[in-house]
Amino acid sequence: MAFPQPRPQAPQLPRHLLRTIDCKQAAVRAVRFNADGNYLLTCGSDKSLKLWSVSRGTLLKTYTGHGYEVLDADGSYDNSQLCSCSSDKTVILWDVASGQVTRKLRGHAGKVNCVQFNEEATVMLSGSIDGTVRCWDTRSRRMEPIQILDEARDGISSLKVSEHELLTGSVDGRVRRYDLRMGQLHVDFLGSPITCVCFSRDGQCSLSSSLDSTVRLLDKSTGEMLGEYGSLTLKLPVGKAVVQSLSFHPTESRLLTSMEGCVQVWGAEPEDADGEKEQ
Amino acid sequence: MASNEDNDEDFVTYGIPLEPLEEDEPVRKPVPVHEQTVKDEKGRYMRFHGAFTGGFSAGYFNTVGSKEGWTPTAFVSSRQQKAERQNARPEDFMDEEDFGEHGIAPKDIVTTDKFASERRDQIKDKARVVSSLAAIIPGDSGLLEELIAPAHSSIGVELLRKMGWKDGQGVGPRLKRKPRKQNADAGRVYGCALPPNASEESEEEEDEFAPENVTFAPKDVVPVDFTPKEDLHGLGYRGLNPLQALSGGSGPGHINLFTLDSDRATDLFGGRASGQQQSRGGIAGQAFGVGAMEDEDSDIYHKDSMSNYDTVYPPPDLPRNYRPVHFFRPVIDPTSVSPIVAQALQASRGQLSQDEPQQGRHKLDSTQRRDMLGETPLQDRERLSEIRRAAEDRKKPAVNLSSAEDRAAVVASAKVAALQALSNRFQTTAPAASSEAQMALKAWSGPTADASKIFKPFSKNPQKQARYDLYISKLKQGDKDALDSSLDTAMTEWERGRERDEFVRAALLYKPSNSSLSSRFTRGKHEEDTDSVEVARDQENDVDDKQSAVKMKMFGKLTRDTFEWHPDKLLCKRFNVPDPYPGSQVSQDATSSSKALPQSTSEASHKKSRWDVSEQASEEKGSLSVLQQNEAAFTTHADSAPTAPEGTVAQFDGKQKTGKKEKEDDEDDDEDDEDEEEEEVRPPMDLFKAIFASSSEEKSSSSSEDEEEEVVPPVPEATQNPAGCMMPVKPLISAHISRFPDVSKVMDVKHPPMQSIPSTENTMPSTHNAPAPSTGLGEEEFGPRLPPPGFVTSSYSPQLKKQKKREKDKHKKHKKEKKKKKSKKHKHKGKQKKRDEQSSSSSSEETDSNAEDESEDISARELLQRVKNLRNIK
Repeated sequence: MAFPQPRPQAPQLPRHLLRTIDCKQAAVRAVRFNADGNYLLTCGSDKSLKLWSVSRGTLLKTYTGHGYEVLDADGSYDNSQLCSCSSDKTVILWDVASGQVTRKLRGHAGKVNCVQFNEEATVMLSGSIDGTVRCWDTRSRRMEPIQILDEARDGISSLKVSEHELLTGSVDGRVRRYDLRMGQLHVDFLGSPITCVCFSRDGQCSLSSSLDSTVRLLDKSTGEMLGEYGSLTLKLPVGKAVVQSLSFHPTESRLLTSMEGCVQVWGAEPEDADGEKEQ
Repeated sequence: MASNEDNDEDFVTYGIPLEPLEEDEPVRKPVPVHEQTVKDEKGRYMRFHGAFTGGFSAGYFNTVGSKEGWTPTAFVSSRQQKAERQNARPEDFMDEEDFGEHGIAPKDIVTTDKFASERRDQIKDKARVVSSLAAIIPGDSGLLEELIAPAHSSIGVELLRKMGWKDGQGVGPRLKRKPRKQNADAGRVYGCALPPNASEESEEEEDEFAPENVTFAPKDVVPVDFTPKEDLHGLGYRGLNPLQALSGGSGPGHINLFTLDSDRATDLFGGRASGQQQSRGGIAGQAFGVGAMEDEDSDIYHKDSMSNYDTVYPPPDLPRNYRPVHFFRPVIDPTSVSPIVAQALQASRGQLSQDEPQQGRHKLDSTQRRDMLGETPLQDRERLSEIRRAAEDRKKPAVNLSSAEDRAAVVASAKVAALQALSNRFQTTAPAASSEAQMALKAWSGPTADASKIFKPFSKNPQKQARYDLYISKLKQGDKDALDSSLDTAMTEWERGRERDEFVRAALLYKPSNSSLSSRFTRGKHEEDTDSVEVARDQENDVDDKQSAVKMKMFGKLTRDTFEWHPDKLLCKRFNVPDPYPGSQVSQDATSSSKALPQSTSEASHKKSRWDVSEQASEEKGSLSVLQQNEAAFTTHADSAPTAPEGTVAQFDGKQKTGKKEKEDDEDDDEDDEDEEEEEVRPPMDLFKAIFASSSEEKSSSSSEDEEEEVVPPVPEATQNPAGCMMPVKPLISAHISRFPDVSKVMDVKHPPMQSIPSTENTMPSTHNAPAPSTGLGEEEFGPRLPPPGFVTSSYSPQLKKQKKREKDKHKKHKKEKKKKKSKKHKHKGKQKKRDEQSSSSSSEETDSNAEDESEDISARELLQRVKNLRNIK
């Protein structure tokens, strides 16, 4: 390469409200982009899961089958499957096209807070208020989890999966990183109940928000803190109620916020930020 | 026979005439009883039962339905008619014939309320009186209902009113009043029959001036009161009413026992009665003898009167301050008195005849009773305790108590003991009570108990309340004898026992709410502290340290813990990641509970768990490996020998062990297969819990074992001979052994509590005393596979751990888990097959360790015998 890489521009933040979608499914508990960011999933407290087009704001499909409010959802890399978890202690694997329940997995002892596919959508990982993470096989018909990770001493609030790692944030104030390749578990103590965790885009850091209203960027390998974010960079006038969930576009600078029954799409010039946050 | 025919015509015949008998007809046999059948209206046979079993049969010969039994009707859903259906009445389930004249519920025409006369229903009245006695508000027998009852008049009255009748008038065609006739006309009449209109005329006294053309309504006639006679008295006899007799309310001395029933009834109508009584015309005259009701000739029909009785008693001695005011409470039997009277009485008194709540004897305690009676308090108890104290004092010089406080303590304890003994004698439910007392103690002794908000359950009895308060205050201080010490010693045992129960119950009932809440929730902090079962305590240690580190924002080493984690094989497969621990069995167990094994915590963790040993051992191993591989078991003996104190006990110990081992080895040959399996078996999780849950205990016990075990090394000299002669030497054993001594050394230095583990190994080489061949081969096969990428330090750890565990298990197992181990052996038999190609070193090692293991199982007596044998051999 003869030319050096151009200096990266300052991140453009999604400041502009592009669209407001009234989901009509009571309170929206979580809003999620799909893998490519063209669609979004809304988890309603009326037990339904809805699939929307981001660009047009139209409802594409409604998935009903949960017994209680849906708390989290995720889409597979190929958009063929969805998984969702609910207060009814179940995790459901959906077929996107037909809207049918492919598998309904019971096993958690409490409501399931978060669910994620792994990269190839072969495993669903669900974290529950019962303090366990359960790894469900999507390939086999086995109804039992492959493995139960019960190291957490309190409920799992958040969970992220990377290629070979699993990051969990727990109410016991610890961020746990399970490294499958190394066969190791790294536990970082943060003191305050963790509300949300995620990897940085380069996969070198973990970002975690906790109830002491700070967001911490930790070095993944050593556990050292690289940054602590308590100050504001951007403030969006979403509304007066609680922002239940937000989701950042996988590639573009686009943000979804859910408040009450509505989802708002915020956009700006394309630029990436630090992944996904949740409050 | 015309006259005859005439007669016939005159007669009226009833019924069906019998058929005329024909002379030549044979006399018919009477139908026997068993053929006399009765059929009901529908032609079904009815069988008679005994009178006590219900009369008639039901159904088919006392069964259901028909000859064939009960035939179910086709099911017809009544869902649609649900709304229309009213409540089922008993009549819906009864047969028609039941309503007949002789049925069980004959239906006859009854005047309904509307058409009934206003005569009171006596049964209802009685019921009301009875219910009033049991009512919540005594005396409130629907008195209110009576007051606000709707004006109800029967249809007859209403009809009469419509026809122009007015209250107080008689019924009938209007009459013309004739002017009153003179007395002459009414002339004296003798005989039974009164002139037809006599009665009428006698009543028309007042209507003197009646115009000719005015008609009058007939006079109302007092209805004859047909009161049924319910008592067994003679006609007209009323019996002596004690109320009347004693209160002296009615009349001066004379009580008329012979009032007519009608009189009795008309009493209620007030004044009229007296008038009637006086004008009791009737027939009175000598010619007819003495009438029953005549005053004259009272000898014949004696009228009882209280004056006839000679009841003169001496007046009672009146106390000085006697106030002659006494309210006599009439006792009324509601059934015998007319309900009106009863109700009136109720209204005035509030209640009829109900026991007043009186203070029972048992509701007072002895002190209260004593106070009431004005007795002096008992001195016995004090005297008793005085005596006891004196005895104590006498004993005191012998015991030579140093201080007065000690003495007091002794006295107090003796007292308490005595009281306890006494109370136990009286308390049958002592254990239950004591457990309750414990609960109460627990509830109150908490720091959260709020003193200001104590409920006062015995506020009526201030002394008792004071005692209770004392008890509570003692409870709060956590005093275990709170109950006994706060009770009044002057009370009787029984009372004290009762009070004890009451207090405990009250304390439990009124315990502070926050303590009752706190008993429901465990505090998070506590949870953390008590969560010692898991390895977690070792792993994520020192939350406080971390907390402070977080506060100082010193993330990194201080806040990070790293553990070994065994992902499931399938999970690795699904993630397209090679299994980091390909040979390990842990992940198998991990499916059920994937406890991350604390892995060689990096130097980051400042406080090391006991698992850290493995890493250090492996590090050490690097430097010592050459030595370790080359040296025989002897070196280890040499190493460990100096540290061990020598003694006869040690000798004995060693002999024991070797003796055992020889025996075992003989038996082992056929068990080899089984023993092999022991090798790779990772003990279940609960075993670890058992080991690590009570770490302090474990430490102490292990250290004690250390002493025992470390004594062993000098043994070889003693046991060399038997080992040499009796055992087939297994040279490869040393291969296994040789690997461990260095570990033991390392651990001996760094982790005193862990000493016991390797030192047990030391005993084994001592027994065999075999030259060590090159262990390279054994090492290679036995060691773990290549470490996962980037995972250098822990290369040896799993193996070591396993070994360690096994060693630890020996101590544990022979204590509690013999059975478990046995079963496990069998379980893993299959798995172990593939490892058959494993070097014999491991197997022999297995047998070895196993030998030692099982040797522990042998009873002490056997061991002794063996030792004796050995000595004999020597």
